[in-house]
Amino acid sequence: MRGLELRDLHITINGAPLVTVNTTVAPGQVVTIMGPSGVGKSTILAAITGSLAPAFRFSGQVLLNGTDVTRLPPPARRIGILFQEELLFPHLSVGANLAFGLRRGAKDRRAVIDAALNDIGLPGVADRDPATLSGGQKARVALMRMLLSDPQALLLDEAFSKLDTDLRAQMRDLVFTHARARDLPVLMVTHDHEDAAAAGGPVIAL
Amino acid sequence: MLRLFPAITVIVLLLPVLAGLIGTVAPGFGYFPAVGGTSLSVQPFRDLFDWAGFRPALSLSLRTGLIATAASLIITMVLLAGWHGTRAFRWVERVLSPLLSAPHAAAAFGIAFLIAPSGWIVRALSPWATGWERPPDLLIVQDPGGWAMIAGLVAKEVPFLMLMSLAALPQTAPEHSLRITAALGYGRVAGWFKAIFPRLYARIRLPVYAVLAYSLSVVDVAIILGPNTPPPLAVQVVKWMGDPDLSMRLVASAGAVVQLVLVIGVLCLWRLMELAVTYAGLHAIYGGHRMRRDGAVRAAGLGLGAMSAGMVILGLAGLAVWSVAGFWSFPNALPDAISSRSWMRFGPDLLHPLNHTFVIAGAATGIALILTIACLEAEHRHALTPASRSLWILYLPLLVPQVAFLPGLQAITLLLGGGTHLGMVVLGHLVFVLPYVFLSLAGPWRQWDARFDTVGAALGVTPNARFWRVRMPMMVAPVLTALAVGLAVSVGQYLPTLLIGGGRIQTITTEAVALASGGDRRVIGVAGLVQTGAAMVGFAAALLLPRMLWRNRRGMRG
Amino acid sequence: MKVLAASLAATALIGTTALAEPTPADWDSILSAAEGQTVYWNAWGGSTVTNDFIAWAGDQVAERYGVTVEHVKLSDTADAVSRVLAEKTAGQDDQGAIDLIWINGANFASMKENGLLFGPWASDLPNWAYVNPVENPAVVGDFTVPTDGLESPWAMAQVVYYYDTARLPSPPTTPAAFAEFAAANPGRFTFPQPPDFLGTTYLKQTLYDLLDDPSVLQKPVADVDYPAVSQVLWDYLDDLTPNLWRAGRAYPQNGPRQIQLMADGEIDVAISFNPNIASNAIENGELPDTVRTFVTDNGTIGNASFVAIPYNATAKEGAMVLANFLLSPEAQARAQNPAVLGYGTVLSMDALSPEDRALFDAIDLGVATLTPAELGTTLAEPHPSWATALAEDWVKRYGVTQ
Repeated sequence: MRGLELRDLHITINGAPLVTVNTTVAPGQVVTIMGPSGVGKSTILAAITGSLAPAFRFSGQVLLNGTDVTRLPPPARRIGILFQEELLFPHLSVGANLAFGLRRGAKDRRAVIDAALNDIGLPGVADRDPATLSGGQKARVALMRMLLSDPQALLLDEAFSKLDTDLRAQMRDLVFTHARARDLPVLMVTHDHEDAAAAGGPVIAL
Repeated sequence: MLRLFPAITVIVLLLPVLAGLIGTVAPGFGYFPAVGGTSLSVQPFRDLFDWAGFRPALSLSLRTGLIATAASLIITMVLLAGWHGTRAFRWVERVLSPLLSAPHAAAAFGIAFLIAPSGWIVRALSPWATGWERPPDLLIVQDPGGWAMIAGLVAKEVPFLMLMSLAALPQTAPEHSLRITAALGYGRVAGWFKAIFPRLYARIRLPVYAVLAYSLSVVDVAIILGPNTPPPLAVQVVKWMGDPDLSMRLVASAGAVVQLVLVIGVLCLWRLMELAVTYAGLHAIYGGHRMRRDGAVRAAGLGLGAMSAGMVILGLAGLAVWSVAGFWSFPNALPDAISSRSWMRFGPDLLHPLNHTFVIAGAATGIALILTIACLEAEHRHALTPASRSLWILYLPLLVPQVAFLPGLQAITLLLGGGTHLGMVVLGHLVFVLPYVFLSLAGPWRQWDARFDTVGAALGVTPNARFWRVRMPMMVAPVLTALAVGLAVSVGQYLPTLLIGGGRIQTITTEAVALASGGDRRVIGVAGLVQTGAAMVGFAAALLLPRMLWRNRRGMRG
Repeated sequence: MKVLAASLAATALIGTTALAEPTPADWDSILSAAEGQTVYWNAWGGSTVTNDFIAWAGDQVAERYGVTVEHVKLSDTADAVSRVLAEKTAGQDDQGAIDLIWINGANFASMKENGLLFGPWASDLPNWAYVNPVENPAVVGDFTVPTDGLESPWAMAQVVYYYDTARLPSPPTTPAAFAEFAAANPGRFTFPQPPDFLGTTYLKQTLYDLLDDPSVLQKPVADVDYPAVSQVLWDYLDDLTPNLWRAGRAYPQNGPRQIQLMADGEIDVAISFNPNIASNAIENGELPDTVRTFVTDNGTIGNASFVAIPYNATAKEGAMVLANFLLSPEAQARAQNPAVLGYGTVLSMDALSPEDRALFDAIDLGVATLTPAELGTTLAEPHPSWATALAEDWVKRYGVTQ
């Protein structure tokens, strides 16, 4: 079955139960997880990407397009993630940041990158220092970097919280549009009701 | 593979120290086959206690060690309390690296020339202000009270404690606390001491212990600035080790054991004092005194800090002038004649040792960096949490007096057939370089935003590729700083090079100390400057390279 | 502890007896074995003029015999003794780190007594022919201890005092005059702190000057009434010490430190074991050219400097070649030149060819160096036990007073 499925995902912290989720995100669908801080929203995403801190343990399974990825090393899972900060690598140029995510074997990498930058309305910035971009521009580069790595699912960890209201709506549109165009299942963690409303999918309240 | 590195690192640190301790302690109890000592006895200790200078030497070590440490700590804390975050403090941060990298011996020589009765200060004031046509017969340097030595130690330890404090400070979020204490009506200094000091001290406790242990057992600074009638215990132990009467080795070992006990005892005493200060501090906090008028304290802090930095900087300037001096009579403030003769004469002699210095420092620092990075990376990848005792292991070589384990280590390296290979000297240096490199790099490494790594993984890049393509480039500046620290520590090592290298391996520091034994200030000037320069090369690189490398990357700068 | 003991014992048992020892009498075999060797010469590195001389000697033997010399600069000769001892402790009975040591006095006595030296070899050196032990007994008796061929002499030294004529027109030449001078000018005289070699020499020299019958000093301390003999020195120092530099609460740590003190005008008169010290220091801009040298009325102590080879040296042949070169008329004449080193020669002028003798006649003594005639009587070094006893006693009386 296609999509991202969390099957009895049960997370404990230092042995104490923290959170349990059971959900399936269909391709092109956005599922939103909402709840107050400290409830373990981001921890669920960490479990999915395989970057859980040592204090946490989990049981259950993460299935992507029918395959159990729970025991796969993180780079093999093909699950993209965007955080509140753009986390562009500060030592690389904008283009090199994109090239970093681009799958090996892609032909004519430079052309792919230039086209991708065009696609997000930032033509000709490939050689720029990422620190010279505006907040909205950085967010778009971060999104494109993730998409170029050809993920099979996308996680959003408060990805829009830092942006101001105008930019936020634009960015949300851009992300959801691209995700739908690629038929990606999207799991979004947020504390913002507008985000949830814009996503239009099911909402899990923790 | 990576998982093994923490264990390897612990062995590299502990084995030489423990083995050296055994090799040193055994002769103290009469076991020393080379001079016919094969049975256990306490005679060496009897001989030690019979030495007329034993009590004064012990009390001198105790007093200078305690006062130097307390003074260094107080100056550092008052300077931080009064000025951290202000414009004046940026100046403090700027002079920190040069002060840290100046080797102890070079700094001590500079200070000796500055404060001696025939030194720069008296020369500058004579004869117009003092009326002195000849130097006054005043006992300033090598005074029986050890004050010159304390000054020399403080001048070098304040920068060290400052560095350690600055590294630990962000974790205590000082700005927040100060805003709150200010709002509650506390003066800056009072607020700082009541709200920040307790948390900061908990984080720099081990560095303070290292300063205490070092000050109690220092040899090079004590030889240059300390008294000789009698000298501090550690100096006397080194003298006995070199006595032509070989049976004095036994007394020397007994002295080394006492030195070790002294350090352990004083560390315990310091711990008790910590508890007393905690108790008194609680009372003060409950007392609620605001102490809003703290201008005098702040001025004193800045004055003392400037004085200790000024001594080192002016002292080094004095060495520079001496290195180009022809004849220089008293009370002239500048040489009667300037000449490059000293550089021509001694400069070429220093090239060969300089070469050795960089080979040893480079190898020791390189190994230390690899071990450190491997440990930190293992910690990161395998989500290991270092036990709190691992920090103690790291500090062990800095807490055990050098005279208590290096002589034994020398005997053991010979025993292992190590001979006088450069490699053994590198290992000897590694014991001292590794802790500093680790301490210097661990903070920035652990503070690194691990989400960069998560992003890298999500982009499908393997852990090794993430390490080389993301983490290492982002860590260039801290790695270079750790490298600089390691180089400076290695360049400054005297006893390890001398004892393990058997005199065959000469570094700029052993050469400088040997040349300096003749007391010719011109040679001392040249050797001291070259030594300081060698120690500073790394810091210059750490400062400049990232700037050049990240010229077009704003996000990589500060 | 047990492991260490066991391995020490094991190493001692295995030992290494199979190694071929060189035969000094067969000089050709020594020369051929020496070629290509590196000699680690451990010598005190606190004097730049001796360092320069050692570098020169190293260049010469490299050129002529293919022996490379590395000068291991010591801050204290005893460091080298420690090193050999440490090697013996660890059972390293060959391939030692040290090939040649500049040595004499107590360090030699200690190494000889503990079997840490190679030899005998000294009288097998070809250039030993120029040495005349009958004329100059100091070349075979190191502080009265027979050298037994375990060390080879290379320089003579004699106690002198130097002073600045600009501040002190006529120097004191008897102990009484020294005391008087110090009382009138407190703080302007000092000596290196015993047990420093030169400081201990000052004690011996002063005792020589004070004793009516100094011949007791040739006997071991154990054979004489030491307390009674030495009392005159302590009485004298009790009076002198409060008038010393820094009131005797601090001392320079070795001889050369006094040069800086005199240059700064802190002291007016100082002791040295190098008759050429003042000329040298003037030449190097370390002292003003008003400084001159003198000896005390009753004569001053003289001794020879030697080189010795540790029992476990790596390059014994190369070390012997170097020692032999140091005994050559060429090296000796260079060492005696005040512009170079200014050390007295250990050779007998009568044993030299006229050409070699001319080398010595041509030497221009420096502005502040005394002629051999002016240097006067050379007094023999006391038995080494005197140095030990006097230094120990001095440390007890004056060295630990706070």
